[in-house]
Amino acid sequence: MKILNKKNILSILAILIVYAIVELLTHLGVIDSYIQLNLILIGINIILAVSLNLITGFTGQFSLGHAAFMSIGAYTSGIVTAKLGLPFIVGIIAAAVVASIAGIIIGIPTLRLRGDYLAIATLGFGEIVKIIAINNDYIGGAVGLNDIPQYTNWTWTYFLVVLTVFIIYNFIKSYHGRACIAIREDEIAAEAMGVNTTYYKILVFTIGAFFAGIAGALYANYFSFIKPDSFGFMKSVDILVIVVFGGLGSISGSIIGAIALSLISVFLQNIPELRMVIYAVILFLIMVYRPQGIMGNVELKLFNKKGGLNGYAGSK
Amino acid sequence: MDMLVVNNLYKSFGGVKAVSDINMTIDEGEIVGIIGPNGAGKTTFFNLLTGIYNPSSGDIVYKLKEEVSAKSFKPFKMTKYGVARTFQNIRLFKDMTVLENVLIGYHNNFKYGILSSIFHLSSYFKNEKKGNEEVTQLLKIFDLYDKKDTLSKNLPYGEQRKLEIARALASKPKLLLLDEPAAGMNANETKELTKLINWIRKEFDLTIILIEHDMSLVMDICEKLFVFDYGRLIAQGNPESIQKNPKVIKAYLGGE
Repeated sequence: MKILNKKNILSILAILIVYAIVELLTHLGVIDSYIQLNLILIGINIILAVSLNLITGFTGQFSLGHAAFMSIGAYTSGIVTAKLGLPFIVGIIAAAVVASIAGIIIGIPTLRLRGDYLAIATLGFGEIVKIIAINNDYIGGAVGLNDIPQYTNWTWTYFLVVLTVFIIYNFIKSYHGRACIAIREDEIAAEAMGVNTTYYKILVFTIGAFFAGIAGALYANYFSFIKPDSFGFMKSVDILVIVVFGGLGSISGSIIGAIALSLISVFLQNIPELRMVIYAVILFLIMVYRPQGIMGNVELKLFNKKGGLNGYAGSK
Repeated sequence: MDMLVVNNLYKSFGGVKAVSDINMTIDEGEIVGIIGPNGAGKTTFFNLLTGIYNPSSGDIVYKLKEEVSAKSFKPFKMTKYGVARTFQNIRLFKDMTVLENVLIGYHNNFKYGILSSIFHLSSYFKNEKKGNEEVTQLLKIFDLYDKKDTLSKNLPYGEQRKLEIARALASKPKLLLLDEPAAGMNANETKELTKLINWIRKEFDLTIILIEHDMSLVMDICEKLFVFDYGRLIAQGNPESIQKNPKVIKAYLGGE
C-alpha cells in the first residue's frame, strides 16, 4: 500500500495551505495579536477536546479530570523552560511524558471503576493535583508560576493540533481503536471477544493525558503565567462541553465544537452582561434539539477517507 | 479425544451453592446440550467455563490449542485458548456496523502494534487486508454481507443472533459456547438455526456446548445432554435416555 496516495497528498496540501494562509494574513497585518490569541486558544482547545474524546467519546470512560493532565503538562513545561532554561521542544516532550505517566498512575487504580464512580474518582484526582500545586512553593504555590518564556506561537500550535488529530484519528481507525469502541458499546462482550479491556482503558488514558500535557505546555508558554486555579474542575467541564457539543465519538465534531464555542464566546464579549446567559442558552438548545452533538458520531467526509469507522472496509 | 474435563467443580456465592460437584468430560467434535429448570446453575457454569467467575474449588481443563486450567482463565484470554461464546441476551456492539462487529471477533488475529496503526506501516495494511478478507468471507457464509454497513442494532432479531454467532466464529475457536441461541425465536427460525448450527459445526470443525430451553432444538441436534438441577448434575446421556430418566422428569415436572 502506498502511503503517498492521492488522498494523503491532498490532505497534506490542504493542511499546508491553511497554515500558509494564516501566516500570510499575519504578515499582512490582517490577523492582529487579538485574533492570534484566539487562534491559539482554539488550537489548545482542539487538542484537549480531541484527546478527551478518545477517552470519553470513543472508549466511553467518563473523565472529569482532563484539566489535571493539562495542569501537569503546563507546570512541567513551565519548570523545564523557565527554571531549567531548556528549549521549548524539551518542555513539550517533558510535559507530554510526565502527563502520560500521571495518566498511567491514575489509570491503573481508577479504571476498575465504571460510569459515575470513575467520574467522581477522576474529579478527585483533579482536585488532588490542584491542591498539590497550591501547596508546593517551588512552583509558586497559590500565586502561580511566573516568567515562563513565551515560546508558543501559531506555528507550534497549528502543527501540534495536526499531530494530535493525525495520531488519534489513525489510532481509532485501527483494530486497537475498534477495540476501544467495542469497550464503549459493551464491555463484557468485548472481553469475551478477546479484548483486554483494562489494557485498552489504561492505554487511552495514557494517550489522552499525553496530548493534554502538550496542550498544557502550549498554554503555559503562551501566557507566561500559570496558577493552579486555571486548571480546576471548571476547565475539565469546559473541555467536556466541547466534546459533547461536537459529538461524542467524532473527531471532526470535537474540532468544530472547539472552533464554534470559542467563536461564540468571542462574539459575546461585546455584551458582557448577557454573555454567560446566551452561552448557556445556546448549549441548552443544542442539547435539546441535537442531543448527540453537532456531528453525532460520524466524521466529516474530508476526514473520512474511505467511509465507515474502519478505513479499510469501504475500499473494495 | 477429550478436550474439556471438569473435575469436582464448585462455585458458591456466600451461602448459595450455585454449582456443586460437577464432573464431566466432553470429546472433540461433540454437540452437547446443557438443560435444566431456571436457576439450576447453567449460566453460572457457562461463566465458569469462560473465566467470568473463578471456581470456589475444583478445576476445568481445556485441551484445545494448548492445555489450560481454570487458574489461568480470564474472560479476554478465552479466545486465545480457542473458546468463544454468545450471550443469552444478545450483546452486540449496537452502534457499530455488522462488519465492525465481526472484526472485533477477529481481534486476536490482528498482529500489529500501536505504532504501525498510527503511522500506517506496511503491517497495518497487510493485517487489515487479511482480516477484512476473512471477515467478509464469514459474512457471506452467514448471508450478512449485503448488510455489512448496517448498524447492528438495526438488524432484525434473528439476524442479530446470527451475527453474534458469526462474531464468535471470527475468533477462530475450537469450542463454541452458545447461551440459549434459540431464545425468542419462532418455530421456523429455530428450525433454520438448527440447520445452521449443524452446518457450522461441520464446516468449522467445532465442538459446541449449548444451553437451551427449546427441547425441539436440543433433542434434534445434541448428541449428549447434561441435566442440571439445584446446581448439581442429575443426569447425563443421549437425548432418548434423558427423556425417559425419572430424575429429569421429576426435576421438570415435580412430584414425589
